[in-house]
Amino acid sequence: MSESAGVVVIGGGVNGLGTAYHLGKMGYSDVVVLDKSYLGYGASGRNGGGIRQQWTSEENIKLARESRKMFEALNEELEEDLEFYQGGYLVLAFDDEEAEEFKENVKRQNRLGVESEFLSPEEAKEIVPELDISQVVAATFNQSDGTIYPFKVIHGYANRVREMGIDVREHTEVTDIVTEGKEIKKVKTDKGDIKTDTVVNAAGGWSSGVAEMAGAEIPNVPVRHEIMVTEPFERFLEPMVISFKHGIYFSQSEHGNIVGGIGNPDEEPGINQKGSLWFMKEFSDTLLDFVPRFSSVNMIRQWAGLYDTTPDAQPILGSVPEVERFYQVNGFSGHGFMVSPMVTKVTAELVLEEEPSIDIERLRVERFEEMDIEEEGAVVG
Amino acid sequence: MTTMVCRCEDLTEDDIVEAIEDGYDEMEKLKRHLRLGMGPCQGKSCTLLAERILCRETGKDIQEVAEPTARPPSQPVPFSLLASPKRGEQDE
Repeated sequence: MSESAGVVVIGGGVNGLGTAYHLGKMGYSDVVVLDKSYLGYGASGRNGGGIRQQWTSEENIKLARESRKMFEALNEELEEDLEFYQGGYLVLAFDDEEAEEFKENVKRQNRLGVESEFLSPEEAKEIVPELDISQVVAATFNQSDGTIYPFKVIHGYANRVREMGIDVREHTEVTDIVTEGKEIKKVKTDKGDIKTDTVVNAAGGWSSGVAEMAGAEIPNVPVRHEIMVTEPFERFLEPMVISFKHGIYFSQSEHGNIVGGIGNPDEEPGINQKGSLWFMKEFSDTLLDFVPRFSSVNMIRQWAGLYDTTPDAQPILGSVPEVERFYQVNGFSGHGFMVSPMVTKVTAELVLEEEPSIDIERLRVERFEEMDIEEEGAVVG
Repeated sequence: MTTMVCRCEDLTEDDIVEAIEDGYDEMEKLKRHLRLGMGPCQGKSCTLLAERILCRETGKDIQEVAEPTARPPSQPVPFSLLASPKRGEQDE
């Protein structure tokens, strides 16, 4: 005899647990969350903790704006100090073309209720006095952006979800999703089968593999991104500093460590979570160009995680054409943590067939076939 | 008397026992919950001690307790050492 559940959520990261949390809050707890490893083994436990609303696509701006508001209330909701520090995000432009785009971005963000500002290099230096602005042309800044400690969010969600009577299982790997026609019948795992008609795919870098098990196709491709942390010290840096041109981001956590990463444009797609010497050298070179004062600071650890990338760098939400009640909450392309409160709320609403809090038509997988897609232009790392 | 286990993150034996009781019953979970082994020593002074406490509290054998993944660098390294020498310095 096999067991059954109303909803099976695949992925014990911030979006899987967040979806379970919102289902529970809406009074529905017949849910099993599965993770093949420990909670936060994927990108949820490997990211830089950035909470940014300065995006270029209207969808990302709205998702990030609403999510930031929800993060502000989450400490109390989860009864956990999530170390959310709103020191802002300082985005640097290094040529006139970037500066022009930034002006447009600020206009669009302001129109959508994000209070970002366009700054001169000197104004940027007022925010980060140790910044080398010799190559900086302009900047944007948004004070309500910031950083959070990802594990506190994961563990906070897991604890509350379990209190709601939701079953969270670690070290349980999904091996197949059995369908008949367009209906889901059961989820097979290495620890037994679970009968269900509803599956949420929150598997991050493993999402396209999970979709394939159900006979559905999503265009997500996992790509490694590396990151590092320094020894902790007294607060020296208020905002997260980022550059799209140089692919770098760095901030100082509430705990005191500098946390930062840099993208490798030649990275081969695939599941690879190992660190590299290339990263340590490239990050150090670029960081010291930005803030020479960091030269004597010690890097203590570096690691890697997966961006679950899509062709337009925007998430995939909602159901799919091939299978009924198979909901996607993936494809976040490196910004899945910062939009998680809102996308998981919407996913829970879709699962319970309620009116979604925001319109997700432009985020469904069908967009790649049916409409002109607008590529998000503000991806970093 | 209070027994220190992790000097970098100021964690005592009691902190670790309490976390295990709260369900953080694997080394990878203790690490992320308490920042155990995430300080400048990178677990060199605390990991073995914490593993023994975990075994004692859960009844697991030391062989069953997986060590957290070791990450580079093996010891703290300043950015100046990792970065390439500046052009000007190379000429000298």
